[in-house]
Amino acid sequence: MPNQVPVHEGLFTWPSTKPQLLGSRCVDCAETAFPAQPDCRSCGSRETKIIELGDCGTLWTWTIQTFMPKAPYKSDETPETFQPYGVGYVEMPGGVRVESRLLPNKPEDLHIGMPMQLEIIPFRTDDNGDQIMTFRFSPVKEA
Amino acid sequence: MDVAIIGIGLHRFGRSPDLSGMQQGASAVRAALADAGLSWKDMQFAYGGSQDAGNADALVNELGLTGLQFTNIWNGCATGGSSLHAAYSAIKSGEYDVGVVVGFDKHPRGAFNPKPADWGIDEWYGETGMMLTTQFFALKTQRYMHEHGITEESLIRVSEKAFTNGSLTPTAWRQQALSYDEIANSAMISDPLRKYMFCSPAEGGAALIICNADKAHLYSRKPLFLKTAAVRTRHYGSFEVFAPSQAMNVADASTVTASKAAFEQAGIGPEDIDVMQLQDTDSGTEIIHMAENGFCEHGEQEKLLREGATGINGSMPINTDGGCLANGEPVGASGLRQVYEICVQLRGEGGARQVPNNPKVGYTHVYGAPGLSGVNIITK
Repeated sequence: MPNQVPVHEGLFTWPSTKPQLLGSRCVDCAETAFPAQPDCRSCGSRETKIIELGDCGTLWTWTIQTFMPKAPYKSDETPETFQPYGVGYVEMPGGVRVESRLLPNKPEDLHIGMPMQLEIIPFRTDDNGDQIMTFRFSPVKEA
Repeated sequence: MDVAIIGIGLHRFGRSPDLSGMQQGASAVRAALADAGLSWKDMQFAYGGSQDAGNADALVNELGLTGLQFTNIWNGCATGGSSLHAAYSAIKSGEYDVGVVVGFDKHPRGAFNPKPADWGIDEWYGETGMMLTTQFFALKTQRYMHEHGITEESLIRVSEKAFTNGSLTPTAWRQQALSYDEIANSAMISDPLRKYMFCSPAEGGAALIICNADKAHLYSRKPLFLKTAAVRTRHYGSFEVFAPSQAMNVADASTVTASKAAFEQAGIGPEDIDVMQLQDTDSGTEIIHMAENGFCEHGEQEKLLREGATGINGSMPINTDGGCLANGEPVGASGLRQVYEICVQLRGEGGARQVPNNPKVGYTHVYGAPGLSGVNIITK
């Protein structure tokens, strides 16, 4: 099992069996930010605290990235192996809409308001052989 | 102190393989000076900017080392709007009588690839594939269509109008009109936006000579007046480009606040505008900007576009030269190209694309990352 390293510290709880997105909440005005911010962009307060934003939400808007982005995009893909991916903002119970990659990459599989589930996935492998982990949302599976 | 525009110049947008971006900027300045009947040594100050083609003040190497005050401006796609605002303020203050505003650029082919750190964002956002302007415009358009009942038909009509206008504009990059079906069947780039609904990074230059209005008639028989120039950045909660998250309460976009400020300063309203330029990075954005600038209600665009209201002969002509869609977007120059076109229209020099009935009041709106807008109101 390769070592699994988050793409950036502090975006989500990791390692975890039930990972949560992390954000911050302003102590003064209670606005929520993602990623966590030391200062509040709403009221300017310098007092914020880290909070869990949850692991599921609803899709607020979406699109599909059909072409492979130039750098700074950094994946293991080549133009030949590139697969389109969904991108959207997911409304979190923690009180903020988070931009994220989405598993579905066809328009018929995406609609505003659909329930979405957080997942932490291997995104690429770095030079040390470590798996770089990022977050993504996928549709909530019907029970 | 009122501000006049006495000279306009353009170096044609598109591709100029034999010229650097800076040379295209110099070409635009020379054209604007010739239009004003002035020379470079008459310029007391300059404001200018480019994203990828070098420092604007290096233009003195092309135009002459006259010792003038030359300030570089960089504000993303709104660079032209910010440069013009700075020049407007310089004249208003009474410090200077006459100067130049210039923008130019030369971008490589393909979508822009901004660096997250330049925008105060950590690397992961770009690495994982979310730092794309095309994505943002698609995400905002998708939500807007959902909230306001705009259909794909409207997106197609905006592009159809843009390329029709481009076909009537000798300086446009894209001069071929496209049919409704050609646009509707073009490749999907970022749902709901298709290939012919996006503008492309390009090359070009644009320049304006502006002066103290009291002295305008010394220089020009056909001065126009820059009634106001307003630039505003985003508020907390406005839905803007390069944002890893969005607040639950969506606030007015920077376009709304810049537009309101401009109308207030000019003492007129949207109903007084005869011809306008609204940032059309893509066709969805033009639709959103129609309402954000106060020219219609949210959702009303569907009917207006079906009726052809935004065409050259319509009740609210938008982007008469084909806008960014038909001219491409050299970032530094784009906002000034908008002003150039409004001046052409107010002078009645639009030829095949001239708006009828002697337009007297024009409006320009430019939008740039990471969420700022510049609005100008120009009158005869």
